[in-house]
Amino acid sequence: MSTAAESVPPKGGFSFDLCRRNEMLVQKGLKQPSFLKTGTTIVGLIFQDGVILGADTRATEGPIVADKNCEKIHYMAPNIYCCGAGTAADTEAVTDMVSSQLKLHRYHTGRESRVVTALTLLKSHLFSYQGYVSAALVLGGVDVTGPHLHTIYPHGSTDTLPFATMGSGSLAAMAVFESKYREGLTRDEGVKLVAEAICSGIFNDLGSGSNVDICVITKGKKEYLRNYMLPNPRTYVSEKGYSFAKKTEVLLTKITPLRELVEVVEGGDAMEE
Amino acid sequence: MNLADSTPAMNSLLGSEADSQRTLYPYVTGTSVVGIKYKDGILLAADMGGSYGSTLRYKTVERLKPVGKHSIIGASGEISDFQEIMRYLDELILYDNMWDDGNSLGPKEVHNYLTRVMYNRRNKFNPLWNSLVLGGVKNGQKYLGTVNMIGVHYEDNHVATGFGNHLARPILRDEWHENLTFEEGVKLLEKCMRVLLYRDRSAVNKLQIAKITEAGVTISQPYSLKTFWDFSAFKNPTVGAEGSW
Repeated sequence: MSTAAESVPPKGGFSFDLCRRNEMLVQKGLKQPSFLKTGTTIVGLIFQDGVILGADTRATEGPIVADKNCEKIHYMAPNIYCCGAGTAADTEAVTDMVSSQLKLHRYHTGRESRVVTALTLLKSHLFSYQGYVSAALVLGGVDVTGPHLHTIYPHGSTDTLPFATMGSGSLAAMAVFESKYREGLTRDEGVKLVAEAICSGIFNDLGSGSNVDICVITKGKKEYLRNYMLPNPRTYVSEKGYSFAKKTEVLLTKITPLRELVEVVEGGDAMEE
Repeated sequence: MNLADSTPAMNSLLGSEADSQRTLYPYVTGTSVVGIKYKDGILLAADMGGSYGSTLRYKTVERLKPVGKHSIIGASGEISDFQEIMRYLDELILYDNMWDDGNSLGPKEVHNYLTRVMYNRRNKFNPLWNSLVLGGVKNGQKYLGTVNMIGVHYEDNHVATGFGNHLARPILRDEWHENLTFEEGVKLLEKCMRVLLYRDRSAVNKLQIAKITEAGVTISQPYSLKTFWDFSAFKNPTVGAEGSW
């Protein structure tokens, strides 16, 4: 070998190479770029037949609301969903990545995915990045072993709980859960409690707001209730509507599709085994 | 250069001898206080814990005290500063009694006095490290207000300090209404204190509830709340996820 210090190929995980340089730049007065944070309220609870996940829909960039109706409940598998708080890019990327890994695993094993599989994939990825992937997740699903609910913290630790909250509005939502949760809730009671907890986050935390999303997962069935509740409607809408500038000539109002839809033939070529 | 001129000036303003005379950080602290207005007056609740950093050092600290004939005060934060505030208030009430004019200081006046004291101390960079709740009834008028160490003060139908702001106020905003009876009020306060007990690390399960009405002040004996730990997920948390917790 020519050099004493061999360059080891990177095996993934956080690379600390630039840390010292970044620290030096901050000391010299560089303002680090701010990231899109989902200052958030996300909750999950286990009821009689499965798991209910809930989330608000506000994405903040510092003091500004960047997206007033974003989706924080991410698809992992047909029977597993994951709510994400923290940096929006991180939660999206990490849930997408693990969702693909789970799909490949399903093809490989021929079985339904288990919640602990998703849990282990997520926690090992987050741990290897030492907390720099700022994703705090509430993972819930129903598999052959029963309903499960887990929280995953950015550094990679996990908790298994009957009810859980994460995000900046977690204390407001937890106050509702701690005072009202009991075992053996029915579906309607569970959905009502989750909606109450998210509303508590929406109205008492500045980082959360807009609408309530709910996802109910039971054995063999899932219901994704997007915008289940809209407690912040726009109260004033101008009756005038949109008025074009006086000189515009409106020629034609017709909507033409840009591309023809592809025809799918049923029972087409089967894939090779 | 400006830099060279200002440094010795700044040093004398916040110099080393001056440091030993200012409150820099709290040592023995009390956690949240929660207060609500109800039909006949005001209810305050506080636990009896005095933490020394992360140790629960003192477990019989009375953080709710009567002030004069018409008010009660609850304090969170540095306990020694609370004791100092009580000395100021005792002096205030004494001087008021010495007038012997048939009038006595009401809760609004005491709240205003405390606000001035707290704000002036903060302006001298020597704060009293407390968040206070002041409630009372005078001539049928109920009053409930709060002041904290930087002088922020307001009055409302329900107030909380410290962790209570995050955990108790959402519950109070949802469930408080005018004309709560005494039992309903106590139940509501206990609900808040129970959540604080579960989720605030510096809370102790030994609390007092203080009631003030036109008739006078009553501070209850210390008692503890019932807690529930029997969720099945707590009994066997890692079924299905061996190796985690």
